[in-house]
Amino acid sequence: MTSWLLRRLIQALFVVLAMTVIVFLGVNVIGNPVDILISPQADQAERARAIIALGLDRPIWEQYGTFLWSAMQGDLGKSFVFNEPALRLIASRMPATLELAVTAVLLSIVLGIPLGLYAGLRPQSLGGRLIMAGSIFGFSLPTFWVGLMLIMVFAVQLGWLPSTGRGQTETLFGVPWSFLTRDGLAHMVMPATNLALGNIALVLRLTRAGVRETLPMDYIKFARAKGLGPARVLFVHVMKNILIPIVTVIGLEFGSIIAFAVVTESVFAWPGMGKLIIDSINVLDRPVIVAYLMMIVFLFIFINLIVDLLYTVLDPRVRLDSRE
Amino acid sequence: MKEETPFTRFRKEFAESPLAVLGLVVVLIIAALALLAPLITPQNPYDLAQLDIMDGRLAPGAKSADGLTFWLGTDDQGRDMLSGIIYGLRISLGVGIGSAVVAGIIGSSLGLAAAYFGGRLETAIMRLVDLQLSFPAILVALMILAVLGKGVLNVMLAITLVEWARYARTARGAALVERRREYIEAAECLALPRWRLLFRHLLPNCMPPLIVIGTIQIARAITLEATLSFLGLGVPITEPSLGLLIANGYQYMLSGKYWISFYPGIALLTTIVAINLVGDQLRDVLNPRLKR
Amino acid sequence: MTHTLQVEGLSTHFDTRAGLVKAVDNVSFHIDRGEVLGLVGESGSGKSVTGFSLLGLVDSPGRIAAGRILFQGGNLVGLPEPELRALRGNRIAMIFQDPMMTLNPVLRIDTQMMETVHAHANVSAAEARTRARDALGQVGIPSPDERLHAYPHQFSGGMRQRVAIAIALLHRPDLIIADEPTTALDVTIQAQILAEVQKLARDNGTALMWITHDLSVVAGLADRIAVMYAGRIVETGSVTAVLDRPMHPYTAGLIGSVPSRNRRGTRLRQIPGMTPSLIDLPEGCAFRTRCPRADAACARDPQDSHPTADRTLRCFHPHLDFEA
Repeated sequence: MTSWLLRRLIQALFVVLAMTVIVFLGVNVIGNPVDILISPQADQAERARAIIALGLDRPIWEQYGTFLWSAMQGDLGKSFVFNEPALRLIASRMPATLELAVTAVLLSIVLGIPLGLYAGLRPQSLGGRLIMAGSIFGFSLPTFWVGLMLIMVFAVQLGWLPSTGRGQTETLFGVPWSFLTRDGLAHMVMPATNLALGNIALVLRLTRAGVRETLPMDYIKFARAKGLGPARVLFVHVMKNILIPIVTVIGLEFGSIIAFAVVTESVFAWPGMGKLIIDSINVLDRPVIVAYLMMIVFLFIFINLIVDLLYTVLDPRVRLDSRE
Repeated sequence: MKEETPFTRFRKEFAESPLAVLGLVVVLIIAALALLAPLITPQNPYDLAQLDIMDGRLAPGAKSADGLTFWLGTDDQGRDMLSGIIYGLRISLGVGIGSAVVAGIIGSSLGLAAAYFGGRLETAIMRLVDLQLSFPAILVALMILAVLGKGVLNVMLAITLVEWARYARTARGAALVERRREYIEAAECLALPRWRLLFRHLLPNCMPPLIVIGTIQIARAITLEATLSFLGLGVPITEPSLGLLIANGYQYMLSGKYWISFYPGIALLTTIVAINLVGDQLRDVLNPRLKR
Repeated sequence: MTHTLQVEGLSTHFDTRAGLVKAVDNVSFHIDRGEVLGLVGESGSGKSVTGFSLLGLVDSPGRIAAGRILFQGGNLVGLPEPELRALRGNRIAMIFQDPMMTLNPVLRIDTQMMETVHAHANVSAAEARTRARDALGQVGIPSPDERLHAYPHQFSGGMRQRVAIAIALLHRPDLIIADEPTTALDVTIQAQILAEVQKLARDNGTALMWITHDLSVVAGLADRIAVMYAGRIVETGSVTAVLDRPMHPYTAGLIGSVPSRNRRGTRLRQIPGMTPSLIDLPEGCAFRTRCPRADAACARDPQDSHPTADRTLRCFHPHLDFEA
């Protein structure tokens, strides 16, 4: 187990390194590094001084070394707009995004699994068919459009829910959170639903497919032949089997939920990292862009690692293989 | 009795789903609207001489000073939304289809090459595909646009770079199956040139799955373009696609002027759903596993 | 004395899109305490469906269309699900054909055994574990305490079938339905398991219904035999009587097609033709299209007759000329 973990960590390290190279090249070769690292307001003399000060006159591999070295110390430059270290800026916006993303994941589990179970147990029923038809919309509708429609109906027409912002927050561990106040929760309802929509459809379809696949299995019939009740058969014998792919996908999709938060946060003016990156791209605040990309890459690799770990915990067959 | 050609059989099987036929009809109508935009719109929405700021933000059905009826209302510039939407469809479809096709050509070629030549080339291409697909499309597109800046061509480039991997994976999968068939061996025995073998013999037989994902990918490309434009990272204001029209109307929606965002949204939705309906049926018809 | 199990005119039908499939058609038989009944037939003859019908485990689109299943005098047909469930795994247990498929791959053996104990007995977890361990020991699994913690994939096929048998024995049932439990196993293991099951059934006074297509298994194990063809039982009787003097032409054909040491060098006889599809069975006797003795009379439905006290037969032209 430990050697397996070590191997995975080394692999992850290599992917991170590869991504630093890609980001570095993207910024330095495709884009103009002077534009990226030096404020566009600077004049000619300042630029020349800055180029030397930043080491942009040195060979590219040396520059990469410097970039990597400071990145490892958590220094990815300062934001032009906020005049704050880019990494700290992103870290300060991260809780807002994380709370939205986690709520969206919870929603997709709480709604997706029961709906999928229903559709899987009663595939021919009207409800089952409706659920499946609805899930197609969950996949194909553009996130931002659904967000707009939610605002139009629930904020503008009905006036039930607030349309933008985080609402009132409450500090926990020195970080403000929306989910701790009623007002904050009300503000979260629409963005979280919007973000969760595609994932609800995905979890629902996976669950349904899993149920349809597992039910005809001999071990399900054997479980029933043992005299077990339908609840025990469904929630232990069926669920334990289909949970493996569902957990995997939910874990892997956590990354894309954070990526799609970019859209949802823009629609609902939710002050998270996604909103920050869009604003930064629009004003060409490039240190923040670089820091965001590095952060996301880190996050993705971390998530993949966690999912792999979970997988071995859940599936006894994998667990045994990796031990040998 | 008339002999059944593969095409007539295909047409018959496709027509088995009325929903898919409806989707196809809608797609054709939308395509025709987009193509004929200058001929059929009541107004050229980008000819500033035709616009009157006094007509700004009129509700659907209102009339302009010179008697023109705005069936879907006007935006803040006094632009007829109906005309704006039809012109917007043109951009959305153009960008969507254009980048999906380019991505299709690049991705399929790489996928075919990977399957046919194997070895290091295959490993390299497929690793790249895996890496690409492990990051969400929106993120990759954001990265590219952050580096390259906005613009129609850059958006198309970003979408192409996002989408090629799916084609490559599909093409490789199909080609791996076809490669082992006798007709490829026969062609190899004839010592045909490699490119001819790849593109004249292998490719046509890998087409069905590529057509299926091609349709779906066009819908995805349109969605992605709309999303990027909505975020202000896509097409410039001078060439507004549906996504940008929706973004423009967003600020007025909160004050109840829904139509500026709503109708372009409906147009976008109709397009995407119609293409998906066609794609779903194509998948059923062209999937050899479901063949009786 | 009432029979442990008495089945009268049982019919199980499946409403499929292609038409009504009479998988089990007007089947009657009985089993007494401590008795082993061999239910013999080719695959698709309806013997497994008969087994599932007894437990009320026929899934839609199948249903029990007619008949009575008297278990210790009480009719199981139409019994509410909770009452059926109280019998399953408790008074009537079932062992399935493929041991690789009957145990849930993601649940530990102790979970799968203890849940069976708890389904029918209100005992502590420790007591349930003790019973599970004792049952494993009873079927000859070495070091049962350790093996309880294992997952199914850590067992061989033969061991898994022993676990399944142990589960069936947990509540000392009055009737065990064994659906070809040794077919998937090696011949040597098959012999061991046969001997053990026979001993266990005899010691506990359990009635055993052994479903198989293999006459040689039945010959060594069963007290009585019932031969099934195309959903109907065509002949029953004591095992020696039926095997030595088959009266139904199908039984005779079946026995003739078994290779035997005594008939070395002679050509094996086959039954001509194929098992008919259950959807369009021939009118009257289902076997008449393959039967060497069939004539016009066979187009009518044959009725049960009793050529001797302990035999039933459904044929217009049976082999009755043995004594002569």
